[in-house]
Amino acid sequence: MKYLDEFSNPDLARRLVDQIHAVTTRPWAMMEVCGGQTHSIIRHGIDQLLPEGVEMIHGPGCPVCVTPLEIIDKALAIAAQPGVIFCSFGDMLRVPGSSQDLFGIKSAGGDVRVVYSPLDALKLARENPDRQVVFFGIGFETTAPANAMTVYQARRLGIPNFSLLVSHVLVPPAIAAIMESPRCRVQAFLAAGHVCSVMGTAEYPPLAEKYGVPIVVTGFEPLDILEGIRRTLVQLESGRHELENAYPRAVRAEGNVAAMAMLRDVFEVTDRTWRGIGTIPGSGWRLSERYREFDAELRFDVSGLHTQESALCRSGEVLQGLLKPNECAAFGKQCTPRNPLGATMVSSEGACAAYYAYRRLDLVQIS
Amino acid sequence: MCLAVPGRVLSITEVDGTSMAQVDFGGVRKDVCLEYVPDVAVGEYVIVHVGFAIQRLDEASAQETLANFERLGILKEEFGDQAGADR
Ligand code: SF4
Repeated sequence: MKYLDEFSNPDLARRLVDQIHAVTTRPWAMMEVCGGQTHSIIRHGIDQLLPEGVEMIHGPGCPVCVTPLEIIDKALAIAAQPGVIFCSFGDMLRVPGSSQDLFGIKSAGGDVRVVYSPLDALKLARENPDRQVVFFGIGFETTAPANAMTVYQARRLGIPNFSLLVSHVLVPPAIAAIMESPRCRVQAFLAAGHVCSVMGTAEYPPLAEKYGVPIVVTGFEPLDILEGIRRTLVQLESGRHELENAYPRAVRAEGNVAAMAMLRDVFEVTDRTWRGIGTIPGSGWRLSERYREFDAELRFDVSGLHTQESALCRSGEVLQGLLKPNECAAFGKQCTPRNPLGATMVSSEGACAAYYAYRRLDLVQIS
Repeated sequence: MCLAVPGRVLSITEVDGTSMAQVDFGGVRKDVCLEYVPDVAVGEYVIVHVGFAIQRLDEASAQETLANFERLGILKEEFGDQAGADR
């Protein structure tokens, strides 16, 4: 399928960049919500192709980065218990907890395993009936359907030794929280395409209306991002603030109906603490009453942990778009991807890691 | 970890009452759960995240988007830097 490559076509990118310059008459600040988009913007140098004064503010949309310290510490406590197989996506292993990370637990003999899918963790639980298998269920609306289906299957197939440590977060309440902040400079949003693939777009028009901000659903390829920026600028310049879908090949207005039905069955909305940001009301999911028996927090007693953030790390400000990563005093010095002080330096989608990986090359290029 | 990637469905089977597929990601093959995109057929493209297809990829709208990008540039070539002149 040829078009998969065409979304990084340099000739079309040049046309979009020209259009962006043609429509822009003054400075604007817009936020890309998703860490995947941050990564793509920095990697392709898209922010450096924009007209003077058009600023991309990096949003909190990296699930690894916003998982609260308390949950990381709970993960560490569970993973350290004898008889437990603790499963997680690879980038969670080096996220610093209060005193160590999952990698440290693994080096000390803990059974910590990296899996590609939560279904792999369920398979491990089936193969090891005498062990407790725990999956670290983090992520936004894109990831939640996979975890929901896995818990559903655990119940359906009767796999009692599987449980989920849940820390799911939701995008729309985060957008509201960003707009409510007195220090907010964001005038428009590029909404996260794959979150909308699952959830559809119905939640966004009320936000665009209430806060007077354009919201453009945007994909991840260079052309997708340039088109998202172009459409956002057209709206800003003409004083409109509406929802637009610039990623129709993957996003339908109604979302994925089957996935949403499963999500509503397995999860219920709860308040969530975001690392570096604080508690946002109604911004997360936890297991619903019917599936509570698969909740790792209830299965293992991990309450009463004492958490301690790094005093140097300013990732909370980075996540809210108040500080650029390279403005943090520790950036590239005490804090590097090999020795991260904050989660935003760990995940490749974290803003600090993206800056570290690409900014220093100082190359402006498309594709 | 939140990135989802497009892949092509190579084959579909049922495992434990669940629809599963072999999906090709430019040469790398993985097992993917199709429960959330039940109508997908072999040969079609899906967006896959952590082992689950979350949406099918619509080729027609992809082509339309690309055609729009082409048109944007052509408009500019025909009318010169019209928007810039209006400043
Ligand atoms: S550079 Fe490191 S210490 Fe500074 S905000 Fe980013 S993660 Fe925290």
